[in-house]
Amino acid sequence: MNQPVTFFIDGQVIQGQPGQTILEAAQDARVYIPRLCYREGLSNFGACRVCTVLVNDKPVAACTTPITEGMMIENDTERVQNYRKDLIDMLFVEGNHFCMFCEKSGNCELQALAYRFRIPAPKYLFQFPQREIDASHPDIFIDRNRCILCGRCVRASKELDGKNVFQFVGRGTEKRIAVNADQLSDTDAVVTDQAMDACPVGAILKKHIGYTIPVGKRVYDHQPIGADIEDSAVASDT
Amino acid sequence: MAKPKIATAALSGCFGCHMSLLDIDERILQLFELVDFDKSPIDDIKEFTGPVDVGIIEGGCCNEENVENLRKFRQYCKVLVSIGDCATTGGVPSLRNMVPLEECLREAYFDGPSVYNPSGEMPSDEALPLLLDKVYPCHEIVKIDYHLPGCPPPADTLWEALVALLSDKPVELPYSLIKYD
Repeated sequence: MNQPVTFFIDGQVIQGQPGQTILEAAQDARVYIPRLCYREGLSNFGACRVCTVLVNDKPVAACTTPITEGMMIENDTERVQNYRKDLIDMLFVEGNHFCMFCEKSGNCELQALAYRFRIPAPKYLFQFPQREIDASHPDIFIDRNRCILCGRCVRASKELDGKNVFQFVGRGTEKRIAVNADQLSDTDAVVTDQAMDACPVGAILKKHIGYTIPVGKRVYDHQPIGADIEDSAVASDT
Repeated sequence: MAKPKIATAALSGCFGCHMSLLDIDERILQLFELVDFDKSPIDDIKEFTGPVDVGIIEGGCCNEENVENLRKFRQYCKVLVSIGDCATTGGVPSLRNMVPLEECLREAYFDGPSVYNPSGEMPSDEALPLLLDKVYPCHEIVKIDYHLPGCPPPADTLWEALVALLSDKPVELPYSLIKYD
C-alpha cells in the first residue's frame, strides 16, 4: 500500500495519495481551489492558471503540480486570491462576454467565479476582439466570442469521444479553437459527444434548448461555485 | 441638517436600471424621506443645482454627449456609482464595438433591409451628438467609486447599496445580489 503524502495548505495539515495533484488532494480534503480548465475525467492541462497557488512562494498551477511530502502551499490568502481575481478579470476583457443575453448565464463557470470573487466590474480595459462564430452544424453552435481557450473541448473530444473534433490554432492573441474541417458541420461531431458538455462558458452550445432553466433555479444562482466541495458553511451568503 | 443629495443619469442604456430603482416599491417613499434628488430624470431637474453626495450612472458612453454628461457628474458628485451592465461593461450597445463605426452607420442609414432613405444622406446636424469610435464602460472615461452589475441590477441590490452609501458604510453586497444578468 502507498504511503500517504503529508502536506500543508495555509498551515493546515492535509494527507493525500502519492501522484495526486495539489488540486485533487485538496479537493479530497474538502478544500476548494478555484479552477476553469480542469475537469474531472480529462487530462490536466494548466491553461487557465485560475488554480494558481504558491509553493515556497512560487506560483504554480495546482492542477498540474503533484503533491510532495512536507509541501507548504498558500491557497486562500489575499495575495493568491488577487492573482486569481486578476486572471478572471482578464478573461472577461479579452473576450466578448455578454452575460445579459447569454444562454449559459447562471450556469457559466467563468461568471460563477466572478460572482464568487465578488467582482462587480473588470478593472482592465475591454478589448472587444473580433471573433468568429460557426453555426453550420444543425445541433451545435460555436461562439468564439465567449471562448476562454481552456481546451476542455479539445481534450474531451480526443480523450472521451475518440474523435479530435477540436484543436487550437494560432499563437498569442491570435490563438483560437478550430475544428478538423472547414466548418463544424463537415466534422463527425454529434450533439451527444461529451465534448459538447465540456465547455465551462457559452462557447459551445447545443441548439434548440436555450434558456430552459428559469432564473433563480440555475446552478450558480444561489450557491457559489465550489460550495459543493467545501463545507457548506464556508462559502454561503454573507 | 440638510438631507443628502442624489443625482442620476441614463447615458447609453435602456432606462431599465432606472425602472429597477422604481422597483424598490414602497421603499421609494422612505428614499424620498432620506434624500433629496438633484439632477435626475426622476424629478426632471435638468442641471445640477450644486454639489451632490451620490451620483448614479446608468448606461455606457456611446457619444460625446454621454462623455460630457458623465464628466459633469464626476465633477459634481462626491461618490459616483455605475449601475447596470451597460455602465460597467458597455453592455448591449457595445455589440457594435466589433464592427467598424462606418459599417454600422452604413447599415443603419443605407444598407439595412428596412431602411427608407430617399435623400440618400447620412444624418448630420450639430444638434446630433457625435458618436464615439466605440462604446465605453463608464470607468474607462472617469473614476467610478462603486459598480453595481446586473441587467438590470435587482431593486434590492440598488436599495442595499444606497442605504450603505447614505449611512457611510462600505458597499458589501451578499452573493445573491451580484449578478451579471
